[in-house]
Amino acid sequence: MQYTIRINGKAREVEADPEMPLLWVLRDLLDMKGTKFGCGKSFCGACTVHLNGTPIRSCVTPVSSVGSAPITTIEGVAATALGRAVQNAWLAVDVVQCGYCQAGQIMSASALLAKNPKPSDADIDKAMSGNLCRCATYTRIRAAIKQAAGMPTTDSRDTFA
Amino acid sequence: MMRANDTAHVSRESRRAFLRASVAVGGGLLLDFSLPGVLRARDDYQEGANTLNAFVQISKDGAVTIVSKNPEIGQGIKTMLPMLIAEELDVDWASVRIEQALSDPARYGVQFAGGSRATPLNWEPLRRVGAAARQMLMTAAAQSWSVPVSECDTESGRVIHRPTKRSLAYGRLASKAALLAAPDLAQVALKDPKNFKIIGKSHPGVDSPLVVTGQPLFGIDVTVPGMLYAVFVKSPVFGGTVVSADLDAVKAQTGVRDAFIVSGGAAFNGLVSGVAIVGTNWWLLDKAREKLQVVWDDGQTAAQSSAGFAKQAVALSTQAPGAKIVADGDVSQALGASTQRLEAAYSYPFISHATLEPQNCTAHFHDGKVEIWAPTQNPDAGRKIVAKTLGLTDADITIHMIRCGGGFGRRLMNDYMVEAAWISKQAGAPVKLLWNRQDDLQHDFYRPAGFHFFKAGLDDAGKLQAFSDHFVSFGENGKAAPSADMSANEFPAKFVPNLELGITFMPLGVPTGPLRAPGSNGLAFVFQCFIDEVAHAAGQDPLQYRIDLLGERRQVGAFDTGRMIDVLALVRDKSGWARRKPPKRSGMGVAFYYSHLGYFAEVVHATVAAGGKITVDKVWVASDVGSQIINPLGAENQVQGAALDGISAALGQVITLEHGRVVQSNFNDFLLLRMNQAPPIEVHFLKTEHPPTGLGEPALPPVLPALCNALFAATGVRIRSLPIDAQLLA
Repeated sequence: MQYTIRINGKAREVEADPEMPLLWVLRDLLDMKGTKFGCGKSFCGACTVHLNGTPIRSCVTPVSSVGSAPITTIEGVAATALGRAVQNAWLAVDVVQCGYCQAGQIMSASALLAKNPKPSDADIDKAMSGNLCRCATYTRIRAAIKQAAGMPTTDSRDTFA
Repeated sequence: MMRANDTAHVSRESRRAFLRASVAVGGGLLLDFSLPGVLRARDDYQEGANTLNAFVQISKDGAVTIVSKNPEIGQGIKTMLPMLIAEELDVDWASVRIEQALSDPARYGVQFAGGSRATPLNWEPLRRVGAAARQMLMTAAAQSWSVPVSECDTESGRVIHRPTKRSLAYGRLASKAALLAAPDLAQVALKDPKNFKIIGKSHPGVDSPLVVTGQPLFGIDVTVPGMLYAVFVKSPVFGGTVVSADLDAVKAQTGVRDAFIVSGGAAFNGLVSGVAIVGTNWWLLDKAREKLQVVWDDGQTAAQSSAGFAKQAVALSTQAPGAKIVADGDVSQALGASTQRLEAAYSYPFISHATLEPQNCTAHFHDGKVEIWAPTQNPDAGRKIVAKTLGLTDADITIHMIRCGGGFGRRLMNDYMVEAAWISKQAGAPVKLLWNRQDDLQHDFYRPAGFHFFKAGLDDAGKLQAFSDHFVSFGENGKAAPSADMSANEFPAKFVPNLELGITFMPLGVPTGPLRAPGSNGLAFVFQCFIDEVAHAAGQDPLQYRIDLLGERRQVGAFDTGRMIDVLALVRDKSGWARRKPPKRSGMGVAFYYSHLGYFAEVVHATVAAGGKITVDKVWVASDVGSQIINPLGAENQVQGAALDGISAALGQVITLEHGRVVQSNFNDFLLLRMNQAPPIEVHFLKTEHPPTGLGEPALPPVLPALCNALFAATGVRIRSLPIDAQLLA
């Protein structure tokens, strides 16, 4: 089937099986390798992109289901000031270890901050717990989200002064 | 399309310098390390990029290119190793561009990511490489000025003639310096550490800007022209082989170009039996495999199961161990004379590495040679397996080391590499092989399970007089399966007058291998928890009891008791161990462990809700890894990640074997730690006058027993089996 999908502000034509997940359309039909494959079943969040501004797992989202709704991927997240702020915070805090999950983390984090500019630690837990980080950089992901939000990076859960 | 970061292949005829440095690694073993091929090679000459040695090029405009020789798996090595060279080269970090080396041990020395060894193995050699290049630049400047080199110095990428205050930029000197004989690496002068400008300062990961913008970086992102995709279907039962397969049904599926049976051999770390499916789109292939009907010969491993091993281990525990690892004093006599005796059975399960990037590899076989793009921790071992399996020589195989989406020891094995090479040869095209998550979890080299049966005897004063462990592990013919052994140095060996460590092996048909802090990641849990039981039985503070057990400050083999006592004292201080009074259902636990040359003591504060739900409130880590923390930002990240990795294993990870196959298939049943479970972690480095050592692994082992000991303090319930069963704590 022929589809016209809107990715990072551009209309892209693809010829794909209707069931093909958006993840594989992005990676292998459009050669946009930033969105990652981790589990194929929506358990790990490595494939997170925005559909209409909402974070979704592209590995379980058939291309036939996205219609003309705008899609943002890691390659396009810098188009907004918020997206750039999140990327810059990730660099300043030096979040990355292996880096494989971080595109998905950044997509979930930027979607959180777009809706909730000053998230609490509980809000961060809720929004980010669908994204696995096998290197367990969670401490720095939490700090980077706060830094991007212009908040102090202290962890409110740490009451052990 | 991804351009693999490769450095130009150069003639092996370049003159070679050999630098030998001996470093003590775990258990005091001495390794010889040689660093061949560091000298300049004139045939490596590129216009505008002058090669001073295998690691350093400086272009006319002063841009410095430093080659990073080891695989990057998230441990930060691509940033850290070039820091060592840049420091002694005396250039600004901002002027440095880093290139990933090809796998070429003749040129770069050993290239692997394992054992937290990169720091101890490279700390001095790579600084000497930088210092040698600096020496050549100074000599070139001295010749230009006709002054003695002893009057020259360097600063931020310039050679300075002190008496006349003249200076020349490295970029102006590089072409002349490249023609000079390289100095003897053993003789070059190294900086006084107090003058370090790069080492000891934080430098963010050099590839992170590419990570956060989604650039292709990982093995899974590699694309080469004309490339096909492949899946490789192996027997769910380990060691099983293909009897027959309905290939026509698969070939009829959309996107499939070819499907064929691979006979393979018996070695798990090689090519094993299976069915390859090759085609134009990986997702279509992954779908097509659902139509594949294979008749498997399951083989002998089909009779093995986790439950069966647990039962067998208990039965074996009542017999004498198959072999004694240590037998000091007279344990049975000492147990008889004890005023208090303890017995406890501990166990831990098989677990998987579960790198988030599933195993994959791209290979292009053509004209009797093969080019490979591999996310591997151990490229040269892969080259040897590919050469043997495909009937090639080492020289026929080019390996690009591609950034790994996690390693943890999984990618020390190269099964995916030989699969990709073989399938490319059969398919007659470049091929990207990608495993799905189920393939990955069900075809790993697992951290072996282990069963420990302890006894201890205490005297009137609560002092440990007798200690024994019967470790029921896996192996055959008196030889342990990979990562299933125990050394004669396992603490408290050498610290208790009457002590026995014995081991009995059960044959295993399932592949095992090193997983982050191999051996230690299970042994720390059982030994440091049982010692906690002993301390509580003695009615003594568990932290002070450990310090007392360590005794006098002294060297016991490779182990320095003073360094461990100091990190225990540091973690006591930083965690508020003595003053803190945890509320009801909360508690603090401590543990220490020495592995990979690193001294780590950790305290966990945890809370258990009425229903058994565990909250890890905080972790304090105190460590001694020597005189320098080379990249503090990276070091803290490694320690925090390792501690959380241990908590992740303790809380949720288990691989269950049934009928010789793995039950778990994805992250819904193989549970990794998530954001809402990750506690704050405070990291402290005690700097001591010892050579710097590695950080990828040694922070992991003590966190598991520290957590379980905290749960005991909170609830009075001993966790003796992993993963933690929260029901026991309810």
